[in-house]
Amino acid sequence: MSRKAMTGNGAIALALKQAEPDVMSAYPITPQTEIAQNYAQFVADGAVKTEYIAVESEHSAMSAAIGSAAAGARTITATSSQGFALMWEMLFIAASLRLPITMPVITRALSGPINIHCDHSDSMGGRDCGWVQLYGEDAQEGYDNAIQAFRIAEHMDVRLPVMTMIDGFIISGAIGPLEVLQDDQVKQFVGPYEPIHPLLDIDNPVTVGAFDSLGGWYFEHKVTQNMAMDKAMSVIESVGREYGQLTGREYSHFKTHMIEDADIVLVAIGSAAGNVKTMVDRLRAGGVKVGMMKVRTFRPFPHLQVAGALAGARVIGVMDRSDSFGAQGGPLFTEIRSAMFEAPRRPQTFNFIYGLGGRDIFPDDIEGAVRLLEKAAAGEEISQKRYYLNVREVSLDGQA
Amino acid sequence: MQQVTEIRWHARGGQGAVTAAKMTAEVALSQDKYFQAFPEYGPERSGAPIVAFTRISNEPIQIYSAVEHPDYVLVLDPTLLDSVDVTAGTGECAVVIINSEDKAAALEARPEMAGKSVYTVPATRIALETIKRAIPNTPLIGALAKVSSIFPLEGVLDEVKTSLGKKFSDEVVNANLDAVRRGFEEVSGQ
Repeated sequence: MSRKAMTGNGAIALALKQAEPDVMSAYPITPQTEIAQNYAQFVADGAVKTEYIAVESEHSAMSAAIGSAAAGARTITATSSQGFALMWEMLFIAASLRLPITMPVITRALSGPINIHCDHSDSMGGRDCGWVQLYGEDAQEGYDNAIQAFRIAEHMDVRLPVMTMIDGFIISGAIGPLEVLQDDQVKQFVGPYEPIHPLLDIDNPVTVGAFDSLGGWYFEHKVTQNMAMDKAMSVIESVGREYGQLTGREYSHFKTHMIEDADIVLVAIGSAAGNVKTMVDRLRAGGVKVGMMKVRTFRPFPHLQVAGALAGARVIGVMDRSDSFGAQGGPLFTEIRSAMFEAPRRPQTFNFIYGLGGRDIFPDDIEGAVRLLEKAAAGEEISQKRYYLNVREVSLDGQA
Repeated sequence: MQQVTEIRWHARGGQGAVTAAKMTAEVALSQDKYFQAFPEYGPERSGAPIVAFTRISNEPIQIYSAVEHPDYVLVLDPTLLDSVDVTAGTGECAVVIINSEDKAAALEARPEMAGKSVYTVPATRIALETIKRAIPNTPLIGALAKVSSIFPLEGVLDEVKTSLGKKFSDEVVNANLDAVRRGFEEVSGQ
């Protein structure tokens, strides 16, 4: 293993290069990220044998990935923001055809107003399209998740596409330290690809994506898709353990910090988890019994394990980097609160929405959230459940 | 609790502040430290004021928000002092290093600088005389090595040799090494 200074984009492009899939299809223009650009360079330089398909839109990028994966090739693409939104229709088809495509997503806001900066509106909007979703905090986790994604997607119990997220600009554009595996270590970990019923197996012809209507098996297909999601739960864990043996960095569905005796637990996803952890350490030094959970697996959502880990918490603050208009809170909040509904001692839950359109989240904002949760933990009745951190011009006590 | 040194770079687009933030990170890497380098993301226009950040620590850095209270502020273009408060968020111990020929002139009628540790270095002139281009970033990194204890001058020189040596001729590498060295030697608190 060697240590390098790399951007998040560079780290993920390197992971993909080391895995060296058969095909990458990508739309090469904004809102694409440097991942696709870097990979195109690897192809042009002859550093990888991957066939690179430059397409005319993100819809086409996913369509080409689907065609390529159905033909029997290990296939990747990459996207962000509006590009993700334009892929929407085809994301569902990739999942329902059980094609193990992997895709890094650099999470960024959706228009409008026009904004290119970080939030989770893109990927969270796609949470129900049938892809496994893994979120990383930093470039290292983006690199590690991109490698593990192949194994999870291609596992015979799963056979679902996997998207791996890191935060746009905050991580994708920032330079940080990265522990890099050797190429052959990555190739060996990812292993050879075994396509199932590939279209190019002309001796065993199959139909892919056929009409499946009333009297057909559409409903059963959907049920088996969800069964595969259930099975992905343990596959994600076993792949994460094996990756840990290789690298010393073991992965599971989430990580906790200072949670054992915590009255108050903050739950975060993405880069903000680092800010939260830093603040938890500071507040602990001041005697506040606060801990945190960083969620990695959002689909399938590990609700039983989450509920187990959070069982001791009296008050939970869930931090969402995307809103869900008209819902009771952001996507992570509704999952966490739902997971805790059956808990023997149901905690109070609060939602803190932050960072939309790249708005920064500062340690003071997190401390403010914890101070509010402290009041709830002390027994104060607080009816407002949803808050927006570091927001201006809108009344902070204007509950939806 | 972890000690993180935080640096904020002020420049105009095209003066190499983002490159300087990155190069500082690379030096930190070569010194086995942890680091982060990132620009304040926005439209990149040549000549427009830009900000970039570097964090350096002996331990992993897990905070990703913009630097609010920098320990070191490096100003690549003194004309920015007229339009940007480069001291925003700085505490009493903050150090400001300005690319300027004349400290007294740079600080004239600037009450926000009162009480700060201000250093100047003629980085543009050094750049013109060494690398023959008005890109003042490398002399400022030399100045930072002198004024701070983040990393030694040799560490910067080694990193410049390694990183530029891969892409450029000896002539270019040596010019940059001179730029760093002269920034180190010519920075002044007077």
